[in-house]
Amino acid sequence: MSTAIESSTQPVSASPVVPAERRATSLILRAREFGIFGVLFLFVLFTSIAQPRFLSLQNIKFILIDTTVFALLAIGETLVIVSRNVDLSVGSVLGVAAFVSSNLYQIDPGISIIVVFAVGIGVGLACGLGNGILVAFGKVPSLVVTLATLYIIRGLDVLIVGGNQVVANALPSSFLAVASGSVLGIPVISIIVAAMVLLAAYYLRNFRSGRDLYAIGSNPSAAQLVGIPTSKRVLIAFVISGALAGLAGVIWASYYGTINSTAGNGYELQVVAAVVVGGVAIFGGSGSVVGAAIGALLLNTINSALYVLGVSAFWDQAIAGLLLLVAISLDKGIASYLAKVLRGRSRNHGA
Amino acid sequence: MALDVVDQSATAGSDAVGNPSPIRRLLRPLLRWEGGLALVLVISVVGGSLLSPEFLTASNIFNLQLSIGEIAIMALPLTLIIISGEIDLSVASTLGLSSSVLGYLWLHHWSMGLIIIVVLALGALLGLFNGLLVTRLGLPSLAVTIGTLTLYSGIALIVLGSTIVSNFPLSYTNIGVNSVPGVDLSYSMLIFFILAILAAVLAHYTSFGRSIYAIGSSPEAAAYAGIRVKRVKTILFVLSGVVCALAGILFTFRLSTAEYNNGSGLELNAVSISLLAGVSIFGGRGTIVGVVLSVATLGVIQNALLLTSFPQQAMGVVIGGLLLVSVFVPNISLLRNYLRSRRLRSNAALVDDAGSNG
Repeated sequence: MSTAIESSTQPVSASPVVPAERRATSLILRAREFGIFGVLFLFVLFTSIAQPRFLSLQNIKFILIDTTVFALLAIGETLVIVSRNVDLSVGSVLGVAAFVSSNLYQIDPGISIIVVFAVGIGVGLACGLGNGILVAFGKVPSLVVTLATLYIIRGLDVLIVGGNQVVANALPSSFLAVASGSVLGIPVISIIVAAMVLLAAYYLRNFRSGRDLYAIGSNPSAAQLVGIPTSKRVLIAFVISGALAGLAGVIWASYYGTINSTAGNGYELQVVAAVVVGGVAIFGGSGSVVGAAIGALLLNTINSALYVLGVSAFWDQAIAGLLLLVAISLDKGIASYLAKVLRGRSRNHGA
Repeated sequence: MALDVVDQSATAGSDAVGNPSPIRRLLRPLLRWEGGLALVLVISVVGGSLLSPEFLTASNIFNLQLSIGEIAIMALPLTLIIISGEIDLSVASTLGLSSSVLGYLWLHHWSMGLIIIVVLALGALLGLFNGLLVTRLGLPSLAVTIGTLTLYSGIALIVLGSTIVSNFPLSYTNIGVNSVPGVDLSYSMLIFFILAILAAVLAHYTSFGRSIYAIGSSPEAAAYAGIRVKRVKTILFVLSGVVCALAGILFTFRLSTAEYNNGSGLELNAVSISLLAGVSIFGGRGTIVGVVLSVATLGVIQNALLLTSFPQQAMGVVIGGLLLVSVFVPNISLLRNYLRSRRLRSNAALVDDAGSNG
């Protein structure tokens, strides 16, 4: 610590070193995303050599659509986790949004698809707003708040659904086509979501309010002291997370066609797992949306690969769990290595 | 003006601290978290008996015990872990894996006595794995135990696959559904009470227990005070593993079924019980008495609602609502203090302004 301060108080000699340091850190930070991408690449390579069927258009399409829902949830979850919070209610929000939006077709078969999407997103946004207000202004830990709203929203979902369910027959083909439509074999919805991931990554990286989330996550009280409107930023992160979970719900409904009160059950921990595998630090302050999305893709690819390779589906979960543990251990290793390198550099320089 | 206000609050303050009125002294225990919880419990018992004549029957109270027994047992070591500032989300998976291994070994004709020993040892091992990852690698327990939550239930799936073992002899499954001879107490509740007493003694009357609170309040300070932080936390995770394995055995006997997904999703119920008990998610605060009260309250409310044919799956509205209330109530007094201090400050500022103008 003290050596770092020393080096920064010597502007003349410090200036040539800082860019080098920055280059080194950004290289390693980027390597983290590359690392996940590398694992994904190797996995795909190995699997497709062992079983060429893995790279069939049909299979890729399945993987991409499965990932789409999780990638959407992962965007919102990343924003929230980067700000040193967590949103455990996303699975419940997805479930209630999926039912409420698709159920509109059972009420009025001729309803516009835009209204259906707007209602789904609106339901999610309202849930996110509730979470955000409780966390940001109620000053209550987000883990507890969203654990509570996970239950409450799922409970409300059960009450709303009652004994009903939405079945694919009740849904118009235009709605079902949302998830199944494709261009050159790639699902349109996946392209849209990939664009959203890039957009969110750009926002988080380059916009002031995006950078603020990292500052809040690194040190909430320091962020407050330098004048960042922390409550507002955290509120917005939760609202976005809710709205995206709502959108994911509508897409989920379009993909599966049958919606009852169990839609999205247990997704929350899978999303957190994908985000953490993607290199987002669970206690905030670092990580990227792209990494989180690749994390989601990796987990889905592994599931699919095990299936294609004929490994019993019974192994899926254990491998996903092991991978998550490896990912966070690796992350910790890289972080402490990085800290050591930086400390070494500033010490050399100070002497 | 300003002086007046300050004086009033000062005298009120000294009144409350130094020389409380008899009524206040009487009410003080109620103002503790556990007091409030006891009040809620009494209200829900009265409400339950008004809602349904069946509520206070012996058979219903026995059902209530069965329905919450294993979750209550898992909540005890979990509470200690949360007090130490960590969390264990793998409790239900540990239960599930224990249940699966029990079923697997039974299928392979092991004797039940040996199986129980192996399963408890397995629980210790699973807890140790969590503990080592958290303390030796320094990883956040939230992430670690989400990982082992998936890993352990994944292993359960490998062990048992889609097999469902249900050929347990009555002598064992009776433990799961019958009462302890002579009392209307389920075995799971009896074990919960014994463990609760042990946990209370451990937490409140031993140096090990006090060190858990110290660690939760400030790990650095605890380390400087000579507490072996890592070892204490590891022991807590091991305890959690063993107790969850025990809960897994009881769960299997109660349903007389070993299945890979036994108990899945119960981790969040257990966490809810701890938080409703007044345990701070940031560590350092909470009591075992609170856990017992919170188990009773949650059990009574769920049971009473079920008797009124409230859909079981919608019970989350109630659990979640309670959870929210439980985190907000302590904050209300903070908010009041905050508003009062702000009012005092603005009053003072007003007088200052007036003074400088004059």
